[in-house]
Amino acid sequence: MTLNDFFFGAYPYLAGTIFLLGSWLRFDREQYTWKADSSQLLSNKNMRIASNLFHVGILAVFFGHLVGMLTPHSWFLALGISDTAHQYIAIYAGLIFGSLCLIGSIMLLLRRLNEPRVRAVSRKRDTFIIGWLLATVALGLSTTVVSIDHASHGDASTMIALTEWVKSVATLSVDASLIQDVNFIFKLHMFFGMTVFLLFPFTRLVHVWSVPLSYLGRAYQIVRVRKIRMN
Amino acid sequence: MNIRAQIAMVLNLDKCIGCHTCSVTCKNIWTNRKGVEYAWFNNVESKPGIGFPKEWENQEKWKGGWKKENGQLELKAGGRISKLLNIFANPDMPEIDDYYEPFDYDYPKLQNKPLSEAAPTARPLSQITGQRMEKIQWGPNWEDDLAGEFEHRSVDQNFKGIQKEIYKEFEKTFHMYLPRLCNHCLNPACVASCPSGAIYKRDEDGAVLIDQDRCRGWRMCVSACPYKKIYFNWESGKSEKCILCYPRIESGMPTACAESCVGRIRYMGVVLYDADKISDAAGVAGDKDLYKSQMDIFLDPNDPEVIRQAQEQGIPDTWLDAAKRSPVYKMAIDWKIAFPLHPEYRTLPMMWYVPPLSPVQSQIDQGTLPTEADGVIPKSEALRFPVQYLANLLTAGDEKPIFSALNRLLAMRSNQRSKNVDGTTNVAALEAAGLTEQQSDEMYQMLGIANYNDRFVIPTANEALAQEDPYAFQGQNGFTAGNASSQGSDSGEGFTLFPASRKRTYTPQDIQQPRKKDTV
Repeated sequence: MTLNDFFFGAYPYLAGTIFLLGSWLRFDREQYTWKADSSQLLSNKNMRIASNLFHVGILAVFFGHLVGMLTPHSWFLALGISDTAHQYIAIYAGLIFGSLCLIGSIMLLLRRLNEPRVRAVSRKRDTFIIGWLLATVALGLSTTVVSIDHASHGDASTMIALTEWVKSVATLSVDASLIQDVNFIFKLHMFFGMTVFLLFPFTRLVHVWSVPLSYLGRAYQIVRVRKIRMN
Repeated sequence: MNIRAQIAMVLNLDKCIGCHTCSVTCKNIWTNRKGVEYAWFNNVESKPGIGFPKEWENQEKWKGGWKKENGQLELKAGGRISKLLNIFANPDMPEIDDYYEPFDYDYPKLQNKPLSEAAPTARPLSQITGQRMEKIQWGPNWEDDLAGEFEHRSVDQNFKGIQKEIYKEFEKTFHMYLPRLCNHCLNPACVASCPSGAIYKRDEDGAVLIDQDRCRGWRMCVSACPYKKIYFNWESGKSEKCILCYPRIESGMPTACAESCVGRIRYMGVVLYDADKISDAAGVAGDKDLYKSQMDIFLDPNDPEVIRQAQEQGIPDTWLDAAKRSPVYKMAIDWKIAFPLHPEYRTLPMMWYVPPLSPVQSQIDQGTLPTEADGVIPKSEALRFPVQYLANLLTAGDEKPIFSALNRLLAMRSNQRSKNVDGTTNVAALEAAGLTEQQSDEMYQMLGIANYNDRFVIPTANEALAQEDPYAFQGQNGFTAGNASSQGSDSGEGFTLFPASRKRTYTPQDIQQPRKKDTV
């Protein structure tokens, strides 16, 4: 097994398994630790800008990857989106939302390191995970340099290779050789990205699972009835 | 009619001496833990003053409670969509400095300092960072006994519509204590604002609790509560609040704050209300109508039809019996001498306050005091305390009910004085205030004598009617000293993959070992 086979053949499943099983285990056994872990109470300065930039950016980037990578190639063509257009959409959307996320995560990391109260209550893993996300998004942004070069020469082979690989992972028929020859910067970004999933259950990131969409359809007032109604 | 029972409280401000025993008792039981050092489920404020956290009554600033918008009742900070759009950073979130940075004193230094000429001092240390704090800036009773400058405390929202400058003069100044705790509202804004649905009202006694396992720390409740009585535990990342001492209530005992009150100002009992009327009562158009509309949702516990329907709906007979003897029903609904705190927040609060009488001594000396017919008891408008201020606090600005209550309190005194001094009753004074002699005697017994059994009429929880699976209720406690409901490793002890608590923060209680050369 080559290193390429390990990182792009086995690692995605390793990370994915730990992501799912770890989340399940923690949700099942450790509800009290399941929280967003906000520190807004301790320091509110610039939080509206920093936190919103970071969250909007990272959510857009996540769903951008999901749609861009997992939509079948033929659907894009049927929609009239050529490979070059696809590349440019990915580059521009990635640059915009990646930058939002980058600025947000830099602000949040600096806040975590420099605000005395936030720093005092930070666990190592709190500081580590925001740093890791920052590195991941920075690497993601730096891949656009290569992508722009490809797109300007009308070369879609790397993009096709990457999306095909993602589909091969998703369909449990992984083929690491598909991305054997893509630029190393992509591979590094992918490793960092997969590791986010691996770290996910052990950090505050678990709050993502609890996005409270059910609130939209809920009655405002909640009454819990403990007694057995006699009729 | 959807009948529910609620454990409610009356606080007789006329007798509160501001000793903070309630606060200290509560703190020692419920919030002497890391992360909630700054949280006071019960605190006593001096009024006028901006309170704790700073300016909590200013809802233009904090956006707590409800508003009436286009004929609809809506959370003041915005509805569900607005809550979710603001979830990454709550724009109305107070900061720790709006409460105070929790601190302790460096006591170990007193024990460990080598012998020296000057006495060692224990200086304050932050309980968050462990760093020395140069100045303590605020606290749960910072303006105690009108401490500080008038300019600062006159920011108090209850001065609305009052020429407040004259109260700056020493001779005109006025003062009262306001003990505050969670109001266990009938229309709680905290419950409505919780995106996770973790906050709930208990059906059996009306306590509003936070399910600690379901809370995800979205912190919308902190700003939504107009009384700022939900505190974010910065250690656990979950919100906490007063739990109405439900373990005591379930055993038929009053809350710790009520039990320990040395002035015997607190009364607790059951009130019955019609839950179908909640939205109508909270949604009347005018702010000044809210006190009346809130009164209208209560049910008469002596009405046979109410009793019949309540029994049908499964309310135990012990509770119905307690409702008949409820001191809260008598004071708030029967005698109308107790009022909800800030009904204009539209949460239908369930802690009721008897407005304080206030001194008039300087005017008596001058012989200019308007008095009742007995020539001794002063008229309520002669009292030192501006009635408009009390009305802003208790009836959304409507002075009439406050005047009526003060007159009743004075008439009761007048009658008691006549009985004791002149040997006759003063029925005329009572009738002028709309009281019968029997009511006055009962009021005297309740307010003046305030026997334990009159103050607290609390039925025990009817465990026979409770569901049998206690595990289904794990984590619903509303408080926890750690990862208590977890089946995994308790947090904070040993290594865990999923830590609940932080360990690096500082507690100055750590006693350092004395250095060798200091020991004898």
